[in-house]
Amino acid sequence: MAPPPMLPPGPLASRRRLLGLGFATGAALLLPPKIAFASADSEQRFVFIILRGGLDGVEAVVPTDDPALAPVRGRIEMKGPIAIGGGFALNPSLVNFARLAAANEALFVHAIATGYRERSHFDAQNMLETGGNRAFELKDGWLNRLSGALGGRFAAVAIGNSLPLSLRGDIPVASYSTRRQGAMAASLQQQVDRLWSDDPLLHPLWDHAMAARTMLGASGTSDPKSGAAAANLVARFLAAPNGPRLATIEVDGFDTHTSQKYRLLSLLKDLDDTIATLATALGPVWKNTLVVAATEFGRSVALNGGEGTDHGTGSVAFVAGGALPAWSVKGPVVADWPGIGKSALLDGRDLKPTRDLRSLLATVTARHFSQDPGRLAKSLFPGLDGIVADKAFI
Amino acid sequence: MRTAIHSNRFGLGARPGDAVPSDPQADLLAQLQRFDPKPAPIAALPRQEWLVAQLIILLTANQGNIFGERARAAAIEMGIPAGYTHVRLAVASHNAAAKARTEVAVQSNTPFAERLVHFWANHFAVSGERIPARCLAGNMEFDAIRPNLMGRFETLLVAAVRHPAMMLYLDQPESVGPNSPVGQRIMRSRAALSDSSATTYNENLAREILELHTVGVNGGYGQADVGEFARALTGWSLSGHALHIQGLRTGAVGSFLFQPDWHEPGPRRVLGKNYAPAGEAQSLAILKDLAAQPQTATFIATKLAAHFVADVPPPALVERMARKYLETDGELASVYEVLVRAPEAWTTPLAKFKSPWDWAVSAARALGPLSSEQLDVSNFMNALGQDMWMPLSPAGWPDRTAGWASSDAMARRVEVADKIAQLAGPRTDAASLAPAVLPGTLSERTRMFLAEAAPGPDATRTLLLSPEFMRR
Repeated sequence: MAPPPMLPPGPLASRRRLLGLGFATGAALLLPPKIAFASADSEQRFVFIILRGGLDGVEAVVPTDDPALAPVRGRIEMKGPIAIGGGFALNPSLVNFARLAAANEALFVHAIATGYRERSHFDAQNMLETGGNRAFELKDGWLNRLSGALGGRFAAVAIGNSLPLSLRGDIPVASYSTRRQGAMAASLQQQVDRLWSDDPLLHPLWDHAMAARTMLGASGTSDPKSGAAAANLVARFLAAPNGPRLATIEVDGFDTHTSQKYRLLSLLKDLDDTIATLATALGPVWKNTLVVAATEFGRSVALNGGEGTDHGTGSVAFVAGGALPAWSVKGPVVADWPGIGKSALLDGRDLKPTRDLRSLLATVTARHFSQDPGRLAKSLFPGLDGIVADKAFI
Repeated sequence: MRTAIHSNRFGLGARPGDAVPSDPQADLLAQLQRFDPKPAPIAALPRQEWLVAQLIILLTANQGNIFGERARAAAIEMGIPAGYTHVRLAVASHNAAAKARTEVAVQSNTPFAERLVHFWANHFAVSGERIPARCLAGNMEFDAIRPNLMGRFETLLVAAVRHPAMMLYLDQPESVGPNSPVGQRIMRSRAALSDSSATTYNENLAREILELHTVGVNGGYGQADVGEFARALTGWSLSGHALHIQGLRTGAVGSFLFQPDWHEPGPRRVLGKNYAPAGEAQSLAILKDLAAQPQTATFIATKLAAHFVADVPPPALVERMARKYLETDGELASVYEVLVRAPEAWTTPLAKFKSPWDWAVSAARALGPLSSEQLDVSNFMNALGQDMWMPLSPAGWPDRTAGWASSDAMARRVEVADKIAQLAGPRTDAASLAPAVLPGTLSERTRMFLAEAAPGPDATRTLLLSPEFMRR
């Protein structure tokens, strides 16, 4: 007879339980902040949502009028796509995006990619976040350079365990996580203040951590595993009058090699909740806010053997925000649609990119922050001589 | 200072009672000889076959078809209680393995070898973010990495990529060659549904072997190589898995199984070399050649040197290690010896910033040692941002300063240091432990803070958070 099965989990806490513990015992910090965030003289806010793993743009914003769609994707056809005109429909999970699009507060920029044309997540994410021409060519992130280009006045915050590459660089950046062991005693803070005061690495990190915690306290209630929960925290930072103006949200899991339909329904639901949370929780500053959600690459148009898709190239980017209606961009889908018939595909397998994600990012951030687009593009995406503005957004 | 590099950089952290070796380099090499691949806490864990069989049966049991029925019957036969799920199994297995790993690390008298185990487990990272990998990640480290620590890289590579944890994590067991008998049946049934989806195989494992395990992302391969390698790998599966795919042979559930009917027929061409049809052995031949590539030698040497010496490792050292790798046909013990004997490794103490795991284990070793029960490792690793065997991608955890030194992560390290200091209790005398724990690297400044701190937790957290204890 075989040995008995392993026992159910013991007292070791799950992530969720741990978080609960942190919040239950959390209390506001006792000390005043040692540094302030941006003495922001602009009211503009920008949020970059990184969709990690390679989002399948074809199933997020579906080219319903493309005759090649049914033959390749009929096997996982979804119920209730939301028609948005122009020959496209949104994945049924994207109800809030549909609502925002109807109010000109959301656009879907399709068949778009960075300059990356191979199929490694790690290189592709590196290029998405550094803005380089090649992976690992640049050491800092384009959002950190954006903060610098705006005079360093636009302090940034990342939600989560570690700083995403897009925010790393010379400009100090705060991070904030809800993984807590409880309130930090003032005496402990003071002890660390002294212990790290002349350490060039630890000292600035500590200052930023304390500033971020002072701003939000330790009273969060959400699970940072979901984008929507992170959005709640981001909104509280961005809504503060003296808070940071740039923020990132990372959502992982888009690498849908198997069972794509069901996984994407829930992943896109979270993305949809994320944008809805921002729109609501930012309150009056939503009208000054621009959000871009983008991924490192798209996926193969054909399905693989596991009802999933493999690494591809072109995908879709989401642009949203209360700042958008004033721009009068013709939407809600912005695309030079290449088609998904076999002969139209890149390398015979991927959605062919007809727009450059870097152009989009440079153009919309320049417009949002009233910067010179050419000069900003050079700073965010250096070495990209040929970069031109995305004309749809001018 | 050489003692600090011996114990804190190459090892897992000095313990107060440790003898100071007269020849630190010789001691490290002797540790490799003494290393026990199967110490008691690990030997007490469930065997791989049992774990994988339970997992696959539980994964299948909720299918509403004949296979689900069979799996439910098998579950009863195995004594699995009704209502037990694959998620509960995975969480229980993961917790037990994490505790065993921690206990071994904290108690180890061969910490250099243990550090190499952790290094290779991260090189061949699987992530518990996916439930099957959560169930099996510990077992993969114990069964595939530990016994092959000192052999040839090819042996380690084959053991790692054929382990059920890796295969399930990277979607290999369901990969079917489109021109294999089973692939043809799938294609015909799709054609009947006017479904033109082109592929029946999955490229994940092939791509990550090339990009992350062997030649590296700049190793000179292209999409064509990935596709060819992926087709060669079709048929590598697990018995009992993918019960819904036709052509499954009956057999013991959960072991590596080559499915000839799923294997893509014909020769393959990878990195400019042709591979004749050879069934299961076709991929083994490709792996053998990948292990022998000079790019692989450089990739492995760079990662090892970056882990042990500096974030940007000295090029001359990388070159020497890579050369030794090629001369010895990938004998890892010989490559480790070049590393241990390298003058570059012994010049700059504290060049590496400790990962949360490094820091927590070294704290536990310094203080007593703390037991894995006391250390509450799952909780602490979660708070520190490095849930065990749960990196965010197959690339594993970062191994450079920028990956760990972020603002909130430092605040959380402060909080966990406080917790550990409370656990260590009022009788722990950090001021007198410090010289032994930080031999030659304890700064005057930290010594002063320790002298000023109240004995007990106050002094203990001063030690654990001192800039020199945060680095190795």
